[in-house]
Amino acid sequence: MTAAAAFFYLFAGFAIASGFMVIAARNPVTSVLFLILAFVNAAGLFVLMGAEFLAMILVVVYVGAVAVLFLFVVMMLDVDFAALRQGFQQYLPIGGLIGAIFAIELILVVGSWTIDPGIVRTPIGSNAASEGLTNTQALGRVLYTEYAYFFQIAGLVLLVAMIGAIVLTLRDRPGVKRQNIAVQNARTQEMAVENRKVPSRQGVEV
Amino acid sequence: MTGLETLGTVLLLALKSFVLLAALLVFIAYALLADRKIWAAVQLRRGPNVVGPFGLFQSFADLLKFVLKEPVIPAGANKAIFLLAPMVFATLALASWAVIPLADGWAIADINVGITYIFAISSLGVYGVIMGGWASNSKYAFLGALRSAAQMISYEVSLGFVIICVLLCAGSLNLSRIVMAQDTSLGILGWYWLWLFPMFIVFFISALAETNRPPFDLPEAESELVAGYMVEYSSTPYLLFMLGEYVAIMTMCALGTVLFLGGWLSPIPFAPFTWVPGLIWFALKASFLFFMIAMVKSIVPRYRYDQLMRLGWKVFLPLSLVSVVVVAFVLKLTGLAPGA
Repeated sequence: MTAAAAFFYLFAGFAIASGFMVIAARNPVTSVLFLILAFVNAAGLFVLMGAEFLAMILVVVYVGAVAVLFLFVVMMLDVDFAALRQGFQQYLPIGGLIGAIFAIELILVVGSWTIDPGIVRTPIGSNAASEGLTNTQALGRVLYTEYAYFFQIAGLVLLVAMIGAIVLTLRDRPGVKRQNIAVQNARTQEMAVENRKVPSRQGVEV
Repeated sequence: MTGLETLGTVLLLALKSFVLLAALLVFIAYALLADRKIWAAVQLRRGPNVVGPFGLFQSFADLLKFVLKEPVIPAGANKAIFLLAPMVFATLALASWAVIPLADGWAIADINVGITYIFAISSLGVYGVIMGGWASNSKYAFLGALRSAAQMISYEVSLGFVIICVLLCAGSLNLSRIVMAQDTSLGILGWYWLWLFPMFIVFFISALAETNRPPFDLPEAESELVAGYMVEYSSTPYLLFMLGEYVAIMTMCALGTVLFLGGWLSPIPFAPFTWVPGLIWFALKASFLFFMIAMVKSIVPRYRYDQLMRLGWKVFLPLSLVSVVVVAFVLKLTGLAPGA
């Protein structure tokens, strides 16, 4: 029990500290690196809760793919953070308001749970542990039977977003040379190379 | 559990990890030598043959040389990230070995999501490359890092689908269980390399691309980018990058062994062969895969970058996606699906 608590405080402490550093770091690249550290620590917290599949998926999806794209954008765009800080006073009220709403909502979520535990509807598949299933199996069972339609719709939403992104960025550029691999592979030696006898001191017509 | 027992578990775990790490590093030192020897043999050269008998101590001499040299940090580099990058790269590469079962029950951590763990850790390896390329403050290094990142992400997708095919057949994410699922009376013919042969090929080629090995070594293509993301690195940081690369290659060999070549199982499932310890079978199979990778390096010329991207997205991704569907259908219709 003590070991679990120690690890909890380790991961939670690192997650909060790196979350703070994300907004405090001067260099945007350092910010993103701290964001990655925060994700990894969150994955550690998932493992402590026994949700090892979620932990790994968090690392694969957020750290392995999403954060890499963040890092790319930040490295390539060369964001000038000094210029962004100019409007600090101006944005303070809105930022404060959003922060306050978040804080209140968090308090309400945790508070309602402590006041009335019955308010939380028992999720389907919560007895997975008692059935001796690993949480991968439990998740799969719920996701592909009970919530199959929602799962499909979530996939469709992503597909629409992807098509939207492609439509927005697709430009038909004339003058771009493309290689047709099938044609390329179908080339034979006769089509590509021509052997000619070169008469001395005369050369050949090309 | 009392405090003393916990301490004992921790110490035992540390000891196991240390033994695995030492054995792995020695194995990799010789894999590196074998790589150079095979390369040399194909080109009718002798390869390293001066240090020790047949050049057997060459890797250790190299290690000494790297460690004793001066690490040069470019003036415009971001020092902290510059030094952090190779450490991240090497550590992450070594971390995958925690879950690989070398013999029956011989995994440091026999976790339920072993394969996802390896997949997660290997997807993190790209950070070492990007950080190193960016922190060097050099255009060649940055271009190398960009190429590497795009390449690793592209091939990770098809690698993921290949793994899903194996998972469908084995019915578990646990690496030991995946090996157990291949333990049939057919021996070598019951392993997944035969049943999922196209996927084995896709896995092998994707593994080459994922670890930046030739013919997909575009991130460090010396004719275009000098040495890619490693241009500015010297001495120990460079050593860590090279070490990480070779560890990642061995990880892919070990993963291929577990997923397709039956892990620690004997190829012929009766008496004299089953007496051989599983560790030896595992090492032999992983070495075989490494030999194949080394042969590819010496035989195949480097790919062009657009061809690499085409192969990843237009060939491997549809192919592996379709085979996930086909494998799932076949398993369902024949009733062979595990746990059905």
